[in-house]
Amino acid sequence: MKTLPEMIVEANTVRFDAISLDSGATLAPVDVAYETYGELNAAKTNAILVLHAFSGDAHAAGISALDGKPGWWDNMIGPHKAFDTNKYFVICTNVLGGCRGTTGPGSTNPATGCPFAMSFPVITIGDMVRLQRMLIDWFGIKRLLSVSGGSMGGMQALEWAVCYPDRVVSAIPIATTTRHSAQQIAFNEVGRQAIMADLDWSDGNYYGKQPPARGLAVARMVGHITYMSDDSMREKFGRRLRGKENFSFGFDVDFEVESYLRYRGSQFVNRFDANSYLYITKAMDYFDLSNGHPTLAAAMEKTDARFLVISFSSDWLYPSYQSQELVRALRSRNRDVAYVELQSNYGHDSFLVDVAEQTDLVRGFLANTFEKAQ
Amino acid sequence: MKAGFVGELLGRSDYAIIGEIVEPNTKVLDLGCGEGELLEWLAANKGVEARGVELAGAKVRKAIGRGVSVYQCDIDEGLADYPDQAFDYVILSQTLQETRHPRTVLREMLRVGRRAIVAFPNFGHWRVRLSMLFSGRAPQTSLFPYEWYESPNIHFLTVHDFEALAALENLVVERRYFLAGHRKVGVMPNLTAEVAVFLVRRAS
Repeated sequence: MKTLPEMIVEANTVRFDAISLDSGATLAPVDVAYETYGELNAAKTNAILVLHAFSGDAHAAGISALDGKPGWWDNMIGPHKAFDTNKYFVICTNVLGGCRGTTGPGSTNPATGCPFAMSFPVITIGDMVRLQRMLIDWFGIKRLLSVSGGSMGGMQALEWAVCYPDRVVSAIPIATTTRHSAQQIAFNEVGRQAIMADLDWSDGNYYGKQPPARGLAVARMVGHITYMSDDSMREKFGRRLRGKENFSFGFDVDFEVESYLRYRGSQFVNRFDANSYLYITKAMDYFDLSNGHPTLAAAMEKTDARFLVISFSSDWLYPSYQSQELVRALRSRNRDVAYVELQSNYGHDSFLVDVAEQTDLVRGFLANTFEKAQ
Repeated sequence: MKAGFVGELLGRSDYAIIGEIVEPNTKVLDLGCGEGELLEWLAANKGVEARGVELAGAKVRKAIGRGVSVYQCDIDEGLADYPDQAFDYVILSQTLQETRHPRTVLREMLRVGRRAIVAFPNFGHWRVRLSMLFSGRAPQTSLFPYEWYESPNIHFLTVHDFEALAALENLVVERRYFLAGHRKVGVMPNLTAEVAVFLVRRAS
């Protein structure tokens, strides 16, 4: 079998003069980091915007020229994959408030010459999408063939469909919700409190000093638990001990699962800014697609996009009932919507790791949508 | 009705009838749409706006993969979300006898759709009657091949039963087709039809 040449990719950045935010504040200027895969056709009708989840970035596919790492949805985006880059032009941006090239709390405030830290304005999913729309305008793309993402990426896809209905042909929200439940807000709040309880957080002013690594690591550990399922944790770790045959009768790592969570926590500190954690989780908690509308169904009246909604059986963080609420609202307005709950043991992470069935769905849906839109 | 030959559409003669009934460029909802073959055909050949409802996840995946907008849920409860008269046709093919509340399903079909197309296996067919008469057991025929304890069919009905329900519900039967294999049958359909296809609407 011939191995395909790897797609080596680099992020680009565009600077815009200013963006007005839902809070009433203005950010000026604002940078947005993005990557693209595939070629935009002459009519600019084959563009797909892929939207990352909470801790993702613009590096969705291919191999990073910087660090040699594959993108977060590399199993879904590329030649002959679900988002077939031989056919479509795929764009992914880092979200507003992020820490991977797009303006966020760690960026320099031009007014002071220092990092924004907690003087960064509170942002919303709507603000993230507004910045993406500016980039899509900059590309000269009138309508996106599709907007797609899982988890917080799905929220952005929904926001696109409702706020810019004439700019999207279809939306593929995966493992997501139209608004956070008390449980989802609660997990985010635990993460935020872990960061803010770390003395190194220093009210957010840790740039150039020791960052709140312990707090951020704990926040990430909690996050990882919510992304897995009881089954997947049993399968992956069980009660296995880490590099020992007997308990240590102490508080060092005994169990594999402890080792895994500590490792994931410490890795996260190297690539993620604690203040971005605060701002982005808050944006997720504020998100409610029905805001400004009497009902969720009324919000759906604004869009005539085709929808493919996917949820996963073992996802207890974004359970299927939340996707079904969305689908019911779409059906009540007679919108074009396909929905399926996929069987998977991987919990919320399923949309990132268990992609075989998801691939068939997305590929077929996109091919049909593209054909109809021509 | 004249006796005559009915071809196949996707290997099924009731689909051929349905394909003939559905007017071009209409909105169609198929309940229990399986892998969406009929909807795909109607979209490609009649330009219909096609939607489906199916409970089996594997079938829903196949249907969505072929570009048909299918929603995974149970027919008995799956129509409540749709607004009134959202579709020109609501199709229920070979499934009425499997629903828990057939009368409610029929009412719901005619709430969300202007017309309902119902195809079902005729329990009054002579072979079924003979099977029961001579074996004294729940009938097993090519149409009803299941053991009673495995059968998905929970509400057996005949051509006459459907006509009676249609009258009770004050429905107008616009067309009725009776099939035996690839033939349309006209004489004593309650005895000779293997499959019946009805096109009904509410009396206005």
